[in-house]
Amino acid sequence: MRTTPLLALAVGLLGGSLAACSDDSGTGGSGSAAAAGGPIAVKASDTACEVARNTTAAGTSVFSVTNGGNKVTEFYVYAAGDRVMGEVENIAPGLSRELHVELPAGSYETACKPGMIGKGIRAAFTVSGSAAPLTADAKLADATASYSRYVKSQTAALLPKTEEFVAAVKAGDVAKAKALFPVARTYWERIEPVAEIFGDLDPKIDGREEVIEEGMPFTGFHRIEKDLWAAKPDISKDGPIADQLLADVKEIVAKANAEKLSPLQLANGAKELLDEVATGKITGEEDRYSHTDLWDFNANLEGSKAAIASLRPVLEERDPALVKTLDTEFANVDAALSVHRAGDGWKLHTQLSKADLKTLSDAINALAEPVSQVAAVVSKK
Amino acid sequence: MNERSVSRRRAIALAGVGVAGIAGAAAVGGALARGAARDEGGSAVEGAIAFTGAHQAGIVTPAQDRLHFVAFDVITKDRERLVRMLKDWTAAAARMTAGRDAGEIGAVNGMPEAPPDDTGEALGLPPSGLTLTVGFGPTLFRDAGGRDRFGIAAKRPAALADLPHFPGDVLDAALSGGDLCVQACANDPQVAVHAVRNLARIGMGVVSVRWSQLGFGRTSSTSRTQATPRNLFGFKDGTANLKAEEADLIEEHVWARPGDGPEWMTGGSYLVTRKIRMIIETWDRSPLSEQEAIVGRHKGTGAPLGKADEFEEPDVPSLPETSHVRLVHPDSNNGARMLRRGYNYVDGSDGLGRLDAGLFFMAYQRDPRKQFVPVQLNMSRRDDMNEYLKPVSLGLFACPPGVSGPDDYWGKTLFA
Repeated sequence: MRTTPLLALAVGLLGGSLAACSDDSGTGGSGSAAAAGGPIAVKASDTACEVARNTTAAGTSVFSVTNGGNKVTEFYVYAAGDRVMGEVENIAPGLSRELHVELPAGSYETACKPGMIGKGIRAAFTVSGSAAPLTADAKLADATASYSRYVKSQTAALLPKTEEFVAAVKAGDVAKAKALFPVARTYWERIEPVAEIFGDLDPKIDGREEVIEEGMPFTGFHRIEKDLWAAKPDISKDGPIADQLLADVKEIVAKANAEKLSPLQLANGAKELLDEVATGKITGEEDRYSHTDLWDFNANLEGSKAAIASLRPVLEERDPALVKTLDTEFANVDAALSVHRAGDGWKLHTQLSKADLKTLSDAINALAEPVSQVAAVVSKK
Repeated sequence: MNERSVSRRRAIALAGVGVAGIAGAAAVGGALARGAARDEGGSAVEGAIAFTGAHQAGIVTPAQDRLHFVAFDVITKDRERLVRMLKDWTAAAARMTAGRDAGEIGAVNGMPEAPPDDTGEALGLPPSGLTLTVGFGPTLFRDAGGRDRFGIAAKRPAALADLPHFPGDVLDAALSGGDLCVQACANDPQVAVHAVRNLARIGMGVVSVRWSQLGFGRTSSTSRTQATPRNLFGFKDGTANLKAEEADLIEEHVWARPGDGPEWMTGGSYLVTRKIRMIIETWDRSPLSEQEAIVGRHKGTGAPLGKADEFEEPDVPSLPETSHVRLVHPDSNNGARMLRRGYNYVDGSDGLGRLDAGLFFMAYQRDPRKQFVPVQLNMSRRDDMNEYLKPVSLGLFACPPGVSGPDDYWGKTLFA
């Protein structure tokens, strides 16, 4: 009774959505979904994540996720170190979505994320059977492909969230704009090193007042932030700035998705995100008006983790000790940061004591040191 | 030629300074019993002080001109990680004191994609008499909650007892204490800063810098070969300090002996640090005669009041009762003496236009309970100089014996 209607629904959807979802999994060979044993139904609710099977055969698997809960959800398949093998986001209540993902033999975790936050409801998932052995170079290629998927998933959320934020600003809705500000920035901050490749756009979108050159207007997120958090908030003149922000974000999203990144850029990006935390977030400089720096902090951390996770198979082959250190230190930063959770978000920077900030700073430094070694491991022949 | 073998020292040799065996440059007098450092080839390195020995360098070593002192908190709970870091520190310290890079690869010879294992700001600079001296604070043994952090609480020496409150002290906790300390002394400030910076980098994730202090112009002489320097009050300081050449006195007052406490400290010494701000502007407005009466010495010659020569013994009973020299003299303290090794400091100005400056006091001794504590209590209760002093920081550290060779490391006697 429990799975039958779901399966039927999933099968019904299969024909229509296979083509649309095949872009990320095209290398797996056609028809392998059947070889892997057919679609795997996932029944998601606000409190549960029932995956119909916890094993499958190597090849392309199809997960059919139905959201029976009241919150928007996401579904992930993670490899070790929370490396995203595949995900579907923004599954609204009542809807079903499919995930096609190529999985070599190994141990994975599935996760539903009701409300799209936190670590999600996890379960072990095993893939068995033989997969063609990959050469080292293929692993690096996989790493960049994996990270490209991540960038795409983030930009896919960055755009609608920025649109919502811009709409709130243009509607003069200060409260709503304030609430959306750190949320929209989350997706931006996760992929900031990619955004920084497009030099002139980054300061337009995310520049702070002091970095603006003579004659250049102060625009972007932080300009609106300043107006939103002023003693007497006034965003009545921010319409054109909000429009410009959205146009700039659209441009950078298009460019970011077209960009082919090198494994070295992943490694350095992971380090740069932590440097961002160490220089701008710990000090509260970045979000000096809203003090929502911990949202950015966490997003930077997640972005760094995603880049390292993409490189994980390469690192495990070449320097397993480093992987162990990275796992430990990422966990330490997570633990130090999680103390400052407040509801679905984070405490304000101004609510943290000097000792709190020192603890966070120490944890970031301890992580950034081994992360700074990753580039050399990646470039080793 | 292997590029990686170009050490900082070799780079200097190539630059034409030469490394002829001038053993005397560092080893001042036989009583010091420390030779110049030697490189792998066995030739002495000019301006380098030997890192290995029965005692740590940087204690009776003739005081260098510059200081970078740093106190660390240990932030790991993992004893193995702490020990590994102490080993890494020891290896880096051995290299840096010999004038070489902090890491085996160096500042500029590694992979372009990797951060260098030396930070590079000492490239081309000679060893500059660099010494690195490590100490362990009481909180390394038990934290504030009484927890035995690394299974060494039973090894805490009784002499590493918490210091009492000294009247007049307004201590800043953020500038006081620490689980570990490193004293870097050198004749070039850049060399001392380089050493501390690299140790802090190596220690990330294991230790976190709690506070640090730069110092200049040694305020004591620790060897008869040195002229007595002046502190920021303009007075000669350290005239009656213990001197390296006074072997018997050093044995009696500086080094922990067998039976003094736990065996791991034998050959070590206890370090007390104090940052003492001097109220410079009001001192400068006080008459010369008053300044001299407060100190108990003549400002020009440094001679005790009523005497003509700096090194004449003061006639203690004739000195003003609340004069500094009288209160801290061994005769007033059951013969207690210390090896002082302080430095002047200036941290810029304080926003009110006043010099933010004073003395970073450091004193090595066999047992602070019998040496620093009674002398300091005597001074802080009665010394007229207190009107011009504001102690803001206090630290106590057990400095283990020296590193014996390549298989030894800082703290091996404690952790092995």
